[in-house]
Amino acid sequence: MSEIPLPQTVKRVAPWWLLRHETMLAAILLVALIILGILNNRFLTLDNLLNQGRLTTEVGLIALPMTFIIITGGIDLSVGSIVGLCAIMLGYSWKIFGFPLPLAICFSLAVGAAAGFLNGLVITKVKVPPLIMTIATLALYRGLAEGISQAHSVRGYPEWFYFVGQADLFGVPAQLWLLLIAIVAAGIALDRTTFGRTLYAIGNNETAARFSGLPVDRVKLIIYTLSGLMAGLSAFVLVSRVTTTRSDMGSGYELDVIAAVVLGGTSIFGGIGTIWGTIVGIAMIQLLKNGLALTGVKGDATIVVIGAVLILSTLVAGSLQRRRDGV
Amino acid sequence: MTAATFTRDEADPRRLLKALASQEALLAIAVIGLAIAVGLYNPRFLATRNLSDVLLGNAYIAVAAVGMSMVIISGNIDISVGSLIGVLATVSGTLAVNGAPIIVTWLVPLVVGVLVMAAQGAVIAYLRIPAIVVTLGMLSILKGGLISVTGGKWITDLPDSFHLANIELFDTVPMPVLLMIVATILAAVWMRHSATGRSIYAVGGNAEAARLCGISQPRTTVMVFALHGFFAGIAALLYATQLRVIQSTVPPNLELTIITASVVGGVSILGGVGTVIGSSLAAILIAEIASALVFTDVSPYWIRAVQGTLILITVIADILRRRRMAGA
Repeated sequence: MSEIPLPQTVKRVAPWWLLRHETMLAAILLVALIILGILNNRFLTLDNLLNQGRLTTEVGLIALPMTFIIITGGIDLSVGSIVGLCAIMLGYSWKIFGFPLPLAICFSLAVGAAAGFLNGLVITKVKVPPLIMTIATLALYRGLAEGISQAHSVRGYPEWFYFVGQADLFGVPAQLWLLLIAIVAAGIALDRTTFGRTLYAIGNNETAARFSGLPVDRVKLIIYTLSGLMAGLSAFVLVSRVTTTRSDMGSGYELDVIAAVVLGGTSIFGGIGTIWGTIVGIAMIQLLKNGLALTGVKGDATIVVIGAVLILSTLVAGSLQRRRDGV
Repeated sequence: MTAATFTRDEADPRRLLKALASQEALLAIAVIGLAIAVGLYNPRFLATRNLSDVLLGNAYIAVAAVGMSMVIISGNIDISVGSLIGVLATVSGTLAVNGAPIIVTWLVPLVVGVLVMAAQGAVIAYLRIPAIVVTLGMLSILKGGLISVTGGKWITDLPDSFHLANIELFDTVPMPVLLMIVATILAAVWMRHSATGRSIYAVGGNAEAARLCGISQPRTTVMVFALHGFFAGIAALLYATQLRVIQSTVPPNLELTIITASVVGGVSILGGVGTVIGSSLAAILIAEIASALVFTDVSPYWIRAVQGTLILITVIADILRRRRMAGA
């Protein structure tokens, strides 16, 4: 780790930051949990919490690579559309092209990875800013999903297909195990490998990272491809949970995912962020949604809360960071 | 006009002018060429009725794209505009149904639009939060707020006088089309020939250089967003008055269509370059393509794929052209 020339401030400050933002967020989460639990006795039950975990897996899977991307100072707005495209490719390759279902699943994962790879390729080779590239593919991938499916849905999957989305394994929703594995892998990759340290280096100073001989373009290509692949996996889990395939699946996911990552303390300017923070961010959003819904707030009003929380948390994080930098 | 004219075109005025002119000329040719090609395949496409429907039904996108172009030229982005237009249209329609004077129903969306956008601009400029985060949050607030307040109920029984399309200049040019043309031309002239207009390019082209020339970046950002809100207000009016009902939800993916129009119109995504004439032409082109798909028996479900491809090609071409200019 010492061979990677991280800017001095990061080394000095990362633990401070960790201590501050994520713990603060976790504390707020805890308080919110208790209040919502008092307001509604159905909220703080193991059944409900596990069920919320089930519902949030799809967003959680995408939030992990999104954390990587935002740490490098990039962004991926096309993830929701990739979910839609992958869901359609899964259903269509099975029902229309006649692929066996396991092959169809692999095919849709490959499509997701390819979609992410295209994002990464244009971002690294043509140097199109990630924001613009993924706005373009947000339209393109959703458009492909709509065009290919002509707004028809696919249903009637065999019983075993629903295992991941609906069954329990050792008393815990099956997809939560998937998410858990992904979290551990992402956490180790970010914290304990050169790959992870490279992400921070890119986010702090891309030019310096390049001159230090770090494979900047290759790492970027990997994370955008990974983002597409995870969106594909998320599509599989989603289709398995709701038992049908539609072209509008996953629309708006980018908002939830980015909100969770930014809420979790990852700086949208790059260079700062942890997987642990993202997890807290995801939990916070889902539990806020659920708690508000149980206490009688309508579904659409909870989006308002998430939007406000997103802006406010960036505001607080930004001013904390400025004070830390002594600006 | 003295301090503000130091943007890129000072370095190479002719080439920049040529590049801009070619983008606009290209779009105009594309608009006419597509009309002829589709007209040959299916003459009904060229019927006055269809062409005026295309213009009338999409004038609001062109007007909103004018404001969006300013935002992008200044080096920012706004993805909340679609939700804002939905909210403003609903506000205006609700006022009209409840018997407010027509002039009030037309003015309120403009004022609210300016206020909401200026507030966003202030948060972006003075609290230094990236535009993407602020506008993403605002999108979510406006969208969720609108649906939870109205329950998605349609607004009907709008008074006749509310409808701008009923007003026609010389009995031929309907108000929405007139507004689109006037807004585009005024904005284009203002941005090219006034010091304040030029400062938008200056801030987007090189914020540090602009600061050294005495242009306040935060103030310019707030101004650009306020103007963007004004155009969003006009767009909301056009949107609200084009049909007999207002759906009181956010039109899906409207912000994306507006951004596409700006970018395809030649507004550089890296800031500092572009014109609003190009973005209005692009808005017409996109609407024309959607209509052309219908008349050539292509499923309308492909429209977004076409849109995405269009924006992707323009963006890549823009970057490559810039690189060649920088290298030359």
